[in-house]
Amino acid sequence: MARVAQGIKSLFLLEFIAAFWLSMRYFFKPKAPVNYPFEKGPLSPRFRGEHVLRRYPNGEERCIACKLCEAVCPAQAIVIEAGPRRNDGTRRTTRYDIDMTKCIYCGLCQEACPVEAIVEGPNFEYATETHEELLYDKQRLLDNGDRWEREIAKNIELDAPYR
Amino acid sequence: MPKLIIDGAEIDVEDGLTLLQACEQAGREIPRFCYHERLSIAGNCRMCLVEVKGMPKLAASCALGVSDLRPGPEGQPPEILTTSPLVQKARSGTMEFLLINHPLDCPICDQGGECDLQDQADAFGVGSSRYDENKRAVENRNISPLIKTIMTRCISCTRCVRFMTEIAGVEELGQIGRGEDAEITTYLNKGMLSELSGNVVDICPVGALTHRPFAFTARPWEMKKTESIDVMDAQGAHIRIDTRGGNVLRILPRESDDINEEWITDKTRFVCDGLKNQRLDTPYIKENGKLRPATWAQAFEAIAKRMNNVDGKRFAAIAGDLAAVEEVFALKALSDQLGSPNTDCRTQNCSLSLDGGRAGYLFNTTIAGLDKADVILLIGTDPRREAAVMNARIRRGVSSGQTRVGLVGAPVDLSYDHDYLGAGPQTLVDILEGKHAFSEVLKEASNPLLIVGEGAISRSDGRAVLALAGRLANDFAMVREEDGWNGFNILHTAAGRVGAMDVGFLPGEGGLDTNGILEASEAGNVEIVYLLGADEIEVERLSKSFVIYQGSHGDKGAAIADVIWPGAAYSEKTATYVNFEGRPQMTMRAVFPPGEAREDWTIIRALSQTLGKTLPYDNAMELRQKIYELAPQLAAIGAVKNQEMASLRALSHEAIRIQPTPFSLAIDDFYQTNPVTRASVIMTEMSTLKQEMNAGKAAAHSKGMVTHG
Repeated sequence: MARVAQGIKSLFLLEFIAAFWLSMRYFFKPKAPVNYPFEKGPLSPRFRGEHVLRRYPNGEERCIACKLCEAVCPAQAIVIEAGPRRNDGTRRTTRYDIDMTKCIYCGLCQEACPVEAIVEGPNFEYATETHEELLYDKQRLLDNGDRWEREIAKNIELDAPYR
Repeated sequence: MPKLIIDGAEIDVEDGLTLLQACEQAGREIPRFCYHERLSIAGNCRMCLVEVKGMPKLAASCALGVSDLRPGPEGQPPEILTTSPLVQKARSGTMEFLLINHPLDCPICDQGGECDLQDQADAFGVGSSRYDENKRAVENRNISPLIKTIMTRCISCTRCVRFMTEIAGVEELGQIGRGEDAEITTYLNKGMLSELSGNVVDICPVGALTHRPFAFTARPWEMKKTESIDVMDAQGAHIRIDTRGGNVLRILPRESDDINEEWITDKTRFVCDGLKNQRLDTPYIKENGKLRPATWAQAFEAIAKRMNNVDGKRFAAIAGDLAAVEEVFALKALSDQLGSPNTDCRTQNCSLSLDGGRAGYLFNTTIAGLDKADVILLIGTDPRREAAVMNARIRRGVSSGQTRVGLVGAPVDLSYDHDYLGAGPQTLVDILEGKHAFSEVLKEASNPLLIVGEGAISRSDGRAVLALAGRLANDFAMVREEDGWNGFNILHTAAGRVGAMDVGFLPGEGGLDTNGILEASEAGNVEIVYLLGADEIEVERLSKSFVIYQGSHGDKGAAIADVIWPGAAYSEKTATYVNFEGRPQMTMRAVFPPGEAREDWTIIRALSQTLGKTLPYDNAMELRQKIYELAPQLAAIGAVKNQEMASLRALSHEAIRIQPTPFSLAIDDFYQTNPVTRASVIMTEMSTLKQEMNAGKAAAHSKGMVTHG
């Protein structure tokens, strides 16, 4: 009996038609993906994107050059040089570089940071044409921070209850 | 030998140990803050508490002697528990109390990563705090340009106070106030200007006292550590050079019981910025009275052209204070090949020679041997400036009442009680002839020794003074074959000199000494002078000669040179230095020399090839083989051998024709003794500060006189 059924199926291309019907159905159905780049999917507040260096509301850099992020970085993507700041002798970085092509976006740097200075922000759209553009220096990171501060502050606030 | 049971294991320990030491011998780790093996016991941090069975309360193990423990009721040995729940609770309690007032600023603290408090809080702490009052804050003290203070972090262990009082011998630090008001301060806000002050940074268990020039520069985990030898004085202290990316960031002491225990001088520690400044990083040639950068080939060519057809006798070489054995040996070999006997390493014109054998120019008692001495006669020396760490050892003997020190020479503050005997060689004659009260002291001593400084023998009657010292040593039984006690000591100030003398870098037959070379140069009798890092001579007098300067820093010598070759500093080469005891030691290369600079012996080897007198070694191993053939004692790295004593007699044969002038000192400015220190901004600053303080003191003194008058 099973062989007869199989024969009929093969003769009338039933399975083929079913599959074709399925694909046609999806072909004419409205599409599931978001219409990137005009619209974007939701991001978790914990999303680990491009790095930023944050400032305090009064404009002072948060980073105190403790070098814990440099020490914890498994890809050794962070390079810091520190020294006393000219005007008040406080501990500051004189250099803070991240090689974004070495970075594996594990988020350990922001976990290690005692002052929430280095944070992986929600930005993931920073593709560049050259490698050099992905070697971020301190100024670039601070600028990023200024640009993304509102979103990052919001994300940290949202995530705070779970920490 | 008291018997103890420590954590169930029975152990025999020496009498007189503390319980903490006994526990360490049993392999138990006892946490501590205030206890330090080389300082007196304070017992104020309470971290080392252990449980002693039968005692009602826990005992501070650092302050409890093993002989004070009582046996159990049936005579069984005292039982000690170091890991019982009670002890652990006590430790975490102590930790919690210590952290009440200690700020949680580890991320910005320079001690972070090498902090005793951090480590022990991690190991024994509770991990959280129950304290929510305000923390204590203490004002920072400006105690020294070298030491940064963040006194809020202080846990009042008083290690620094004990170090300054007991080891450095200057009562400049103290603790005032009680309870919450207790703070470490300098009296009357005076600065701390001891030669050993930097060591308080190392012994501070927290970040209250930190290295000021190094502030915030690097974390301990990111630096490469190289174990090396110091050359700032002739003591050859063991050091560790911490580097990152080709820069020497700091220098720390290494433990070495026979030499520097675990202390180094401020000069050794803070000189590292001098290794970057004023460096010669490319060859230079003088053209039309001006130095211009050149390539190695051009520099060699210039010399080859100039040295062509110059008689060997008209060539002279002077080895400086920081020259290592390798380059000195190579330069000596080159001079020999050129037929020049004019080589000298005694830049201070001291009268040392090879006449008295090796014992005639060494510190024969050895530094460790000082512990056995009961009378020390210092002749024209100020060990506090010439070998500060050794001076701390003499001080220990004096303060324990074992040693008595007599000083002949300039009156200086040695940091301990001593008898001032006189200013010049006449006093030595008086002592020798028994006319001086100190003769009796020396006669009654069982292990007397004398230390001759370079100041006493760097004068025209130097040989006579040396002979006087030889006779003193003889007459007062300072040199005894029977029990091997050798109390005849020369205190060198230059790290390179003993090594240079070991390989015979002295005037050959009919050769000129340093002064002779300078005179001959003025008279036009010496055409070419090779300065191997020799800056401590009156270089202006060489203006008539063609001067080749090889060295690491652009200092006095480089200023008058016609050709400059950039050499490596002591942190940049693996080289042999012999300390004043005659102990050969090797430095290790921590970083590479800057720019075109090369290891010094390779430059001399390359020059020999250019001159067609190639030296027979192509690598350091072959070179050292040759050195060991000439001076086999140098092959035993790190060891010091007892010297032949009989040869010392030869010294005393010299006729004693002395001059009445008082002895001068070999070092007048502790902070500026060699090119590296002169290139160091910090050392220069310290030198100025010291001068200002001395001037201020003098001014205050004269002012005081006026008011009283």
